[in-house]
Amino acid sequence: MIYKTNLTKLQQSLSIAALLTALPLLITTPASAQDQSAQERGLAIATEAKVRDTGWGDSSASMIMVLKNKQGQESSRELRVKALELDNDGDKSLTVFDKPLDVKGTSFLSFSHIDTPDDQWLFLPALKRVKRISSRNKSGPFMGSEFAFEDLSSFEVDKYSYTYLNDETIDGMELYVIEQIPNDEFSGYTKRVAWLDKVHYRPFKIDFYDRKGSLLKTLTFSRYQQYLGKFWRAEESTMINHQSGKSTLLSYSDYKFNIGLKDSDFNKNTLKRAR
Amino acid sequence: MYFRTMVVALLVSMGCANAQPVDINTKVSLEYRHFVDSPIHVGQSGRSNSSVSLEPEFYWTSDDGNHSVLFKPFARLDERDDERTHTDVRELLWTYVDDGWELKAGIGKVFWGVTEFQHLVDTINQNDDVEDIDGEDKLGQPMVNLSLAHDWGILDLYLLPYFRERTFPGVDGRLRGSQVIDQNSAVFESSAGKERLDLAVRWSHSFSDYDVGVHFFEGTNRTPVVQFDDDRLTPYYQQMTQIGVDLQATKGDWLLKFEALHRDTSLQDYSAVQAGFEYTFVGVAGSSADIGMLAEYSWDERGDELGGSDFQNDIYVGTRLAFNDTQSTELLIGGGYDIDHEGSKFIVEGSRRLGSNWKAIIEARIFNDNSELAPAFGLRRDDMLQLTIERYF
Repeated sequence: MIYKTNLTKLQQSLSIAALLTALPLLITTPASAQDQSAQERGLAIATEAKVRDTGWGDSSASMIMVLKNKQGQESSRELRVKALELDNDGDKSLTVFDKPLDVKGTSFLSFSHIDTPDDQWLFLPALKRVKRISSRNKSGPFMGSEFAFEDLSSFEVDKYSYTYLNDETIDGMELYVIEQIPNDEFSGYTKRVAWLDKVHYRPFKIDFYDRKGSLLKTLTFSRYQQYLGKFWRAEESTMINHQSGKSTLLSYSDYKFNIGLKDSDFNKNTLKRAR
Repeated sequence: MYFRTMVVALLVSMGCANAQPVDINTKVSLEYRHFVDSPIHVGQSGRSNSSVSLEPEFYWTSDDGNHSVLFKPFARLDERDDERTHTDVRELLWTYVDDGWELKAGIGKVFWGVTEFQHLVDTINQNDDVEDIDGEDKLGQPMVNLSLAHDWGILDLYLLPYFRERTFPGVDGRLRGSQVIDQNSAVFESSAGKERLDLAVRWSHSFSDYDVGVHFFEGTNRTPVVQFDDDRLTPYYQQMTQIGVDLQATKGDWLLKFEALHRDTSLQDYSAVQAGFEYTFVGVAGSSADIGMLAEYSWDERGDELGGSDFQNDIYVGTRLAFNDTQSTELLIGGGYDIDHEGSKFIVEGSRRLGSNWKAIIEARIFNDNSELAPAFGLRRDDMLQLTIERYF
């Protein structure tokens, strides 16, 4: 009678370019940085980071999520993502779910936008139904994991207001520490603090603060690989929830770039036959 | 005809290019129904019913991905009802994909529409009403479908060469009227009977927050008029010409939904509407859970006329609770009120994944139709609780 999906929250955000881009952020400091205010310097770093991650074209990848609860019990999710970068708009993406088996064949189409809410459709294979869903909910968990939808969405400069905090050295790696305040009133966070390495401009770690201002989660990135001689992607990232004791390990594999995806690979017909 | 289409689809696909290994997925479902009251209709017995169903799915694709075949048979074994013990080919569909268009041939399933409590404009596939009475279980429909996807939207053209008759509960089955509908004595308005070639066209498109679909259908009405014939109830399948529209506006946390159709038959000429909204409260009380509120109104011009609808002047409301936990726990509670007959019905549906390959589903239904004119009057003693365990392989 009433439609339902076990993807529950899938319904909401999830701008996949996102899942692929997985937050390769910030960047180098201009020479005059010392003269800038902390806000200007933070923004400059974010802007340069985005510039450096522009031009990847199209890509595909497989993802595995391992969810672990406080008692150490594990469950996993498997999905595949295709994404297309657009020149004057947000990315388009198509995600197919392989596991758990009760949601196998469910697929998700997203057209992300810079200024307006994303357009999102879900395909429910049991009913053969394509359902347009609201993209408003960014703070909900993605498939029961510790990743919220907004954690997986692509990095766009305009999503945050920035403040450069300081430099830090961790395990011999020199890092910028930047505070990011979400501009979206529907974000689940009051603040993010990101550590970015000065050499490759890749995120090393991000702290997330909840609506009460308390430290909620920490995301760490590892096993970076470079593609097309330019774009860095972390093969592993781990989200730890400090308040619940739960964690999620997200692993990417089979990254491919320039596989010839076109605009016509992202519509309701391709959504229905995605599998 | 029916079978030949399937075989041709398979051969064409097999002959084309090297195929990837067959992907096989299977769902086995164990179902137990408990009825609150003893049955009242002649032929029925007992207050419980057990049943098992099997639904494997086989999928082949060529190396280049342009050709694929999907085969999905279905079988159910029911403790009491011989009509509910049945098999069907849900899908046996060859698909060829090219840039901007695709062609499908075989047996398939198509869904049209946006609303939740009634799928008014969902026209192509016949209901498999022995499965459940919510109209969401469908029989496989033989078809050829050409679909064009362009920047002006998606245009689907359907040739439907064979008609599937609706299934009805047998004499031993619950969830039926006082008299069994005799599936084996169906009468068709068309002299071609089930062999009549039906046609359908649908255009759909998205404009920013709006998703719209418009369709035309010319062929055999999937919903029969049930008529008395020598003390038997027999289904009469009329010819119809139908135009319909479905529209959804997605505005923040609001989904606004509208479906309408106009149908011409030799007996009647009428319109019907299903419209409403869905609003979601996100992250209720600081948790990860969402609560969705749904309300819809149904109207059908025929009212209580012969062949009238169960959705002639009804209000539906519901709430959907999604816990967004690891087990994807969900709960739906809904109710419908028939304004003309003052009858009501309630439904509860809950589901939860167990481990990674199992799922438990609980459903409850209460029917409160005391007017003999109400279409659901025959179900007044069929309040029930249903438990289903699904295993995925």
